[in-house]
Amino acid sequence: MGDSEVTVKSKKTVFVTVGTTCFDALVKVVDTQEVKEELSRRGYNELLIQMGRGSYIPQSNVIGEGMINLMGRDSKGGDESIAVDYFTFSSSIADHLRAASLVISHAGSGSIFETLRLGKPLIVVTLKQIISDVKVESLIPYHPGDATPVAKLINRFLGFSED
Amino acid sequence: MAWNVTITTVIISVMLILIRLLYVLHQTGKPLKTRGLARGPRSTLIILGSGGHTAEMLNLLSVLQKDRFSPRFYIAAATDNMSLQKARLFEETEDKMEETSRSQFMQIYRSREVGQSYITSVLTTIIAVVHALLLMLRIRPQVILCNGPGTCVPLCVIAFLFKAVGIRWSSVFYVESIARVQRLSLSGLLLYKLRIADQFFVQWPQLQRKYPRAHYVGCLM
Repeated sequence: MGDSEVTVKSKKTVFVTVGTTCFDALVKVVDTQEVKEELSRRGYNELLIQMGRGSYIPQSNVIGEGMINLMGRDSKGGDESIAVDYFTFSSSIADHLRAASLVISHAGSGSIFETLRLGKPLIVVTLKQIISDVKVESLIPYHPGDATPVAKLINRFLGFSED
Repeated sequence: MAWNVTITTVIISVMLILIRLLYVLHQTGKPLKTRGLARGPRSTLIILGSGGHTAEMLNLLSVLQKDRFSPRFYIAAATDNMSLQKARLFEETEDKMEETSRSQFMQIYRSREVGQSYITSVLTTIIAVVHALLLMLRIRPQVILCNGPGTCVPLCVIAFLFKAVGIRWSSVFYVESIARVQRLSLSGLLLYKLRIADQFFVQWPQLQRKYPRAHYVGCLM
């Protein structure tokens, strides 16, 4: 599987995620030659895009198990050495976040907090139209949280012992 | 004479219904032990939102004792394919040492999709409410865990009506999303103001100051 490939090789992956939204603008931007060249200059050699409900398909140059399509690279003619791959949805986003060296997120709370918990560098790009609606309202220094106090209160309420 | 009897009966029944509703409202939010229920596993309905909401819910579930909250019923919107998949994955990994899982996974129609016209949404709302009612009659949960968005409101309202009618007494726990720092979400606001949630959790102290009946015991994520 592609996942194991990521962990086996010493890859530096940029993982772009848009969650369950449609955020073509972000996918388009990271798919530009400029961004890819800059990422590759900074030592990243893989760009993995989770494109969600978007309709813009990035130019993948990866065939099968993480192999770089040499033809695709030649046709662009550059010194581009970043492998680009994409998918729509995955039930194991956490694995992709864990395997990544840099995360670019659509400002969904799930990907933000998961990335912060992993202590990985994170770039957040907001989709202005929906930010007031469901997105994180403001960003504040992060300390990992703990759900056990809430679990304790729920247990106490229901008459269970608290441990 | 017969007319008088009818009026009296109507007045008495309305009063009785009102008294029952007030009693249920009064009891909502009170810890359960006074009600003398047997100590045993509680059937639990878990309402999954999407994306971040689902992640937060699974994070809470991971610290709750599985043998107490059982069997577990997961509900997600019919348009949300990811959440139930994540819940299945969660149950499978949690269940490795336990006996075969009794958990069930269900989808529910949403009353309105983003961008849907208001005329068609009248019909889809009716369908969604009927569907929610059928699911709730089947599950009749003792515990409801939810954290928004909209899908949880009709289910929680039905749970309240079940309490009033006497079909099932349930405890509703609502955890507002960590993304809500200054204002409650619409679902959260409804469940708080209507006093449907027995316990209401927020993840930021400034929200607790605005909504004093809410609990703040730190962030969950």
